[in-house]
Amino acid sequence: MSRIGLFITCVNDALYPQTPKAVVTVLERLGYEVDFPTAQTCCGQMHANSGYRDDAAKLARSFEEVFGGYEAVVTPSGSCAAMVRDQYPDLTGSDFGARVLELSEFLLDHAGVDDVGARFEHTVTYHPTCHGTRALGLGDKPLRLLRNVAGIELVDLPEADQCCGFGGTFALKNSEVSTAMLEDKCRHADRTGAEYLAAADNSCLTHIGGGISRSGGPRPIHYAEILAATA
Amino acid sequence: MSTAFPKAAKVALGMPQLRSNLAHATGTIRGKRAAVAAELDDWEQLRDAASAVKADVQRHLPELLETFERNAIEAGAKVHWARDGAEANRIAARITREAGADEVVKVKSMATQEIELNEHFEAEGLAAWETDLAELIVQLAEDRPSHILVPAIHYNRTEIRDIFKGRMKDAPADLTDDPAALAEAARRHLRRRFLSAKVAVSGANFAIAETGSLVVVESEGNGRMCLTMPETLISIVGVEKLLPSFDDLEVFMQLLPRSSTGERMNPYSSIWTGRAEGDGPKDVHIILLDNGRTDVLADEVGRQALSCIRCSACLNVCPVYERTGGHAYGHVYPGPIGAILAPQLEPGRHDDLPYASSLCGACYEVCPVKINIPEVLVHLRQTGPHGAGEKAAMGAAQAVMARPGLWRAALRAARFFSRPWRRRGYVRRLPFPGSKWTVSRDLGVPPKESFRDWWKEHER
Ligand code: SF4
Repeated sequence: MSRIGLFITCVNDALYPQTPKAVVTVLERLGYEVDFPTAQTCCGQMHANSGYRDDAAKLARSFEEVFGGYEAVVTPSGSCAAMVRDQYPDLTGSDFGARVLELSEFLLDHAGVDDVGARFEHTVTYHPTCHGTRALGLGDKPLRLLRNVAGIELVDLPEADQCCGFGGTFALKNSEVSTAMLEDKCRHADRTGAEYLAAADNSCLTHIGGGISRSGGPRPIHYAEILAATA
Repeated sequence: MSTAFPKAAKVALGMPQLRSNLAHATGTIRGKRAAVAAELDDWEQLRDAASAVKADVQRHLPELLETFERNAIEAGAKVHWARDGAEANRIAARITREAGADEVVKVKSMATQEIELNEHFEAEGLAAWETDLAELIVQLAEDRPSHILVPAIHYNRTEIRDIFKGRMKDAPADLTDDPAALAEAARRHLRRRFLSAKVAVSGANFAIAETGSLVVVESEGNGRMCLTMPETLISIVGVEKLLPSFDDLEVFMQLLPRSSTGERMNPYSSIWTGRAEGDGPKDVHIILLDNGRTDVLADEVGRQALSCIRCSACLNVCPVYERTGGHAYGHVYPGPIGAILAPQLEPGRHDDLPYASSLCGACYEVCPVKINIPEVLVHLRQTGPHGAGEKAAMGAAQAVMARPGLWRAALRAARFFSRPWRRRGYVRRLPFPGSKWTVSRDLGVPPKESFRDWWKEHER
């Protein structure tokens, strides 16, 4: 089996080491060899989506250089995977994106595993993040993996498909609208009574968690951490 | 860079009645659309077909326009070409005067909103009366439409009752806010106008090149009255409204009502081809309107916006539109379609509209002609202007991120300087521009041990 390149994303690099650790744990548990190329930084999404095409293209080219040697690159971010797949053809002219898989795509479509042998005895509600669900077309893949976790109790999130209002620099440029969207998301999350709010993107969870930290509600958690848990 | 949208959005967000009217109305239409779209198992194929037809029209627009003109003239219509709104308004006013009229009745039309025909007529001493119920409400209130399909979506029925009572001379004194009573009052008011009008002005949902026909799709029957009763009919049609052949309607007539009102079929569809002896208007005019459209056509990514059939599904699912309403966009086309169309139709203006989106993609998911709105938004951001400060910050961030050594150093610095907040686990207040974040959200603190540190150990 060829080694898998792990792209942890800049957000996790800066703030959430537990998420890529969990990805390593899950993949190694399934017998895969994981490699972390330390020269990795950012896929360029912030620049591309904020309108800085040239900056984004530079970062895209470095990304392709860093991960050029891997047949499969796994990342715990639907948004970054969508960025590489949707925008790199325009930025670098390559179809590199086909090799970059969000964790649940790798597990279900590539590895053919839907039960990763996890145990997590808590109530969890799941927010399908917009880029993962719509741009990448993840559908309910992360949720399918969560359903097979032993001991988990999944509760539905009302109006789950509504955006949390993050949208990268949107949260700053249109702070008031973003906040109005966030308030609704936090209220719905709180209403579930769940202990945890899981999602496939820590950037969205930074946003929702930042709101919940003030208004109260479930604890934000990346679903990879649930898949890594065994007790 | 304009900051009109964030400012106007803030005002709208502070109006609780508006927010609840909008949330209620868009939520209802959203549910209806989803239900009727799900009934068709070839929905996705229909969207693909519609998107392909529109792309084809954009590739062959000059030829199709000439074919349309030829066929319409042959069928007895008079065809005029208008480079911009001013020219279209002048032509329409001239025809109205030549018909011996000083007023027109109108079918709801976005093209005439776009060129501000009503205002132009007023300035020329002519009157243009809206006959669509919601347009009538907006006109009576001397307000602006806030939605493509439901121009008065920002009002609830009590507010509408008050507008009728205060501003419609023939409104019954005991008018209630019962929807049927409101509709009846409007019907009686409008009937008098239909019976006396000599000239009508309409737009068109589709223009069929093959036959020279125009198509108007509506719900209330006011359109049918306007299109058949007056002697003179003036239709102002954006050049992008063309379809190559009559058969193409099969696709669009399934998509449009389901996407717009959430109905399987709309109540009134009028199709006319030039003039018919002894039936309907004797004098049929078509004004083909450019008004910036051919410039949009030149942009290979941006031109998708010209595929729009004005169904308004993207507005109804947009979380931004739902909270701000249409007026905040400062253009007749609000919501996601407005955010990509307004800055293209009026280059140099509305350059903050492409940022009025979290790029959540709900619009693209429902758009019946599959306009990739997020893609166009990003494209317009990439080709539009940027503030100097932001540009410098983004350049600096890129310079760090493009150099792994610098990136690691920056991460180490962030961990070091955030130590004071580590025990609490979050930051509650940041200086500008971070304050735009912390106004409503806490921010996590970098961890003591990074993934990179852990990995070094793990690898050993
Ligand atoms: S962009 Fe698409 S969804 Fe929006 S109004 Fe136009 S056709 Fe409808």
